Amino acid sequence: MIAPTEDAGRAVADGAATGTGAFTPAPYRVVERRVETDGVVSVALVPDSGEPVAWRPGQFNMLTVFGVGEVAISMSGVPGEGRLWHTVRDVGAVSHALCGTGVGDVVGVRGAYGTAWGVEELDGVDVVVVAGGIGLAPLRGAISLLARRPSGRGRLCVALGARSPDQVIFAEDLEIWRELGAEVELTVDAAAPGWTGSVGLVTAVLPQLSFDAGRAVALVCGPEIMMRIVARALVDRGVAADAIRVSLERNMQCGVGLCGHCQLGPLLICRDGPVRAYGEIAHLLGERER
Amino acid sequence: MIEELAELVGHHPLFDGLPADVAALVAGCARNAAFGPGELVLAEGGVADAFYLLRRGRVTLEVHAPGRGPLVIETLGPGSVLGMSWLFPPYRWSFDARTLEPVGAISVDAACLRDKAEADPAFGYELMKRLGAVLLGRLEATRIRLLDLYGHDRPD
Repeated sequence: MIAPTEDAGRAVADGAATGTGAFTPAPYRVVERRVETDGVVSVALVPDSGEPVAWRPGQFNMLTVFGVGEVAISMSGVPGEGRLWHTVRDVGAVSHALCGTGVGDVVGVRGAYGTAWGVEELDGVDVVVVAGGIGLAPLRGAISLLARRPSGRGRLCVALGARSPDQVIFAEDLEIWRELGAEVELTVDAAAPGWTGSVGLVTAVLPQLSFDAGRAVALVCGPEIMMRIVARALVDRGVAADAIRVSLERNMQCGVGLCGHCQLGPLLICRDGPVRAYGEIAHLLGERER
Repeated sequence: MIEELAELVGHHPLFDGLPADVAALVAGCARNAAFGPGELVLAEGGVADAFYLLRRGRVTLEVHAPGRGPLVIETLGPGSVLGMSWLFPPYRWSFDARTLEPVGAISVDAACLRDKAEADPAFGYELMKRLGAVLLGRLEATRIRLLDLYGHDRPD
């Protein structure tokens, strides 16, 4: 059995200030802005001084729009790019302001925080990635790294669910991942006439993916209801519950495990998550949020 | 021939783990079927006299809306069961089903299988349990899709 990501439960995030100054954002500048879909924007940030902090796929930053507020956003790029990509859906005051930033604007960054997908542990392992909607953003870096594993180092299967074809983010990446040998299945909730892809819940495409369930690791990110259903379907398929890694979302405010807003049972998701093994948190997923 | 069909039936997820003699019972009502891309396999309102165990290729369930054309409700892939209306009177298809690509399937004669289920209640109950699980899975998936999960994010 594959152990849960080794840093699950790690209290101190990579590159993150946790002592004095933990709440002081560093100024980063927007160097590129890309509209992914209606209401979803990706921004690339570089620090005004020095190199961006080290980070691993699955982690998040606290982004500040000065004068508006701060919000937790996962990195959606690939480590080593020299810039930090974040993909944001416009759903509130801060995310609206982030989506409205332009090249040259300054954004505050604290991080990187939280646990990662643990891609470096997955050499030689079949990996099945299941993402729903904007849940693909925190997985993009992991998929990109996994797709570039040397041939014969494990299969990569990707199942994506989206609201409709025009709401699929990173559409160009899907083709790149396919060309690199990944099996990629996309399904949408609803489609206009002429759509030749699949329509249905993301669990419906899981049987079409060819991975060795008994030795596979699954990375799952999306709405929590979707993650519960997907995790149960994967367990039914034979994937060990502890080999299913999910990315939890709660009301993260401080990012360093001090304020308690993101508490889920005994966990503080900003510190002990967001990536956790399904086997250890399944019993918590039904808990009502504080 | 029946032996080959019984093996194919036994490998389909609907009949996974079925004893060989029971798979042979089903195979006695079955035949191989193949469809080209874009073929109409089921037509809304048509007589539901067979159902299909999909082995290769994808099929869309559609409903035609005036002025909007065919609206896809769901896509079924290998391992799926195509057609449920043969189970219940008046045995009429509720939707169109059209192939997206070349499809290979096992076609099962509905009246033949219903007769065998009536004659052998143990087999009939096993059949209904398995088909019920498929229907439950589709009902749950439909309910989840109604939630429009991907359209809503936590506001910041």
